[in-house]
Amino acid sequence: MNDKKLIIAGLVIFIAIALFPFLYNMGKASPAPDPVLTPEAKAAKQCVRSRQYMRADHMHLLDQWRHNVVRDANHIYVSPNGKQYEMSLTRTCLECHSNKAEFCDRCHDYASVRPYCWDCHLDNPKENK
Amino acid sequence: MNVKYMYSLLAVVALLLIAWIGVAIGLKVVFGVIFPYLAVIIFIAGFAYRVMGWARSAVPFAIPTTCGQQKSLPWIKPNAVDNPFSKSGVVARMALEILLFRSLFRNTRMKLHQGPKLAYNLEIFLWVGALAFHWAFFTVIVRHLRLFLNPVPMPIQLLENVDSFFRLEILYDSFKMALPGVYMSGLVLLLAVTYLLLRRLFIPTVRYISQAADYFPLFLIFGIALTGILMRYFFKVDIVSTKELTMGLVTFHPTVPDGVSTIFFIHLFFVCTLLAYFPFSKLMHLGGIFLSPTRNLPADTRARRHVNPWNYPVPVHTYEEYEDEFRDKMIEAGLPVERMPEETPEEQTDTDEKE
Repeated sequence: MNDKKLIIAGLVIFIAIALFPFLYNMGKASPAPDPVLTPEAKAAKQCVRSRQYMRADHMHLLDQWRHNVVRDANHIYVSPNGKQYEMSLTRTCLECHSNKAEFCDRCHDYASVRPYCWDCHLDNPKENK
Repeated sequence: MNVKYMYSLLAVVALLLIAWIGVAIGLKVVFGVIFPYLAVIIFIAGFAYRVMGWARSAVPFAIPTTCGQQKSLPWIKPNAVDNPFSKSGVVARMALEILLFRSLFRNTRMKLHQGPKLAYNLEIFLWVGALAFHWAFFTVIVRHLRLFLNPVPMPIQLLENVDSFFRLEILYDSFKMALPGVYMSGLVLLLAVTYLLLRRLFIPTVRYISQAADYFPLFLIFGIALTGILMRYFFKVDIVSTKELTMGLVTFHPTVPDGVSTIFFIHLFFVCTLLAYFPFSKLMHLGGIFLSPTRNLPADTRARRHVNPWNYPVPVHTYEEYEDEFRDKMIEAGLPVERMPEETPEEQTDTDEKE
């Protein structure tokens, strides 16, 4: 009876599936993406919030902004350090970070995130494709 | 009193504290690199060990469970799936069992009604809960490949899109949730594991037969799902740093970036515990279901003889051989023999046919 062979074949397939990420990335270095800061962004030194907050929470901030502008017609954001910003993706965020492909997309692609910002904010005038 | 769930709950809380304190005192490399590698090694080696143990076991009898009419006379309609006679029937039955938990669907509950009348009711909630739990968990695991593959393959992106197709954003000052897109599978997993846990805790008959080993995986998976959901929607983690860590693991260039938060290490430690615990627990039903003799044998016991393939070769001396050896002596002694000596071949075949 060849049950043992069948079982071993199944086991090998299972282990190959379980170790698939190791096999898929074999020999490929995958450094973390390096978003490029434009000269304007570098000159500003500080974003709307701290770097750590922006890295983890920028999607919350943008959602809050959209809600405030669209529902409450409130256009001014006061950051914790007292500075005032216009709540606008195009006119505030993309003003400095005008390089969507090298700034936004790099991390989004890396983390396989497909935000729907660009469903509307598509024709970013600052970026020349 | 059954307090077995307390041990399991305490074990999971202890795991949480271990990870929390470990990271707080700076053992990030241990929790982010060493434990994950150890867990994967234990999982793979343990899994192979368990399955090979089953592969070595004898199956002395054909013991398929039958849930329908066996193949019989040509005018009796057989049930090809519930009483599989052929290999294709067995494959169909196994597929239905593994993918849809068919035998769980048959779950019934005995109830005594007024009269007194005994009735067996369909008990479908365990089946629904188990189906939701397993499929949601499977989706969650496949979806997590986005953190272990770079570039992320299209099928995984597709699964993410389908899983997060509905938009839900809650933006109260006190309660904010659901950015980015909400993955249904995560929420279904948490709800299903909660149901399976509460079922064990509150149905007296089920609680009576529940052991610590039944509660522990449920609490652990509850912890995994909860930390995952918290990390995604509430205490946001820096996903790019997190992927840097996970990619470092699968490319054998382990790094622990600065931006990775404590809750991620807790989540990871829970997952490592689950992986390492897996091969030595009831969770091995993942491999065991394929090797259940009550399911994977064809119900053809009346047509084919099942020989235990691991039978020890026993030297046998059949009655025919015995008679061949002693026929003359037996006839001399007046003992009946099945086959008379060669002198009367016609007569001998005649008696054989009559018998």
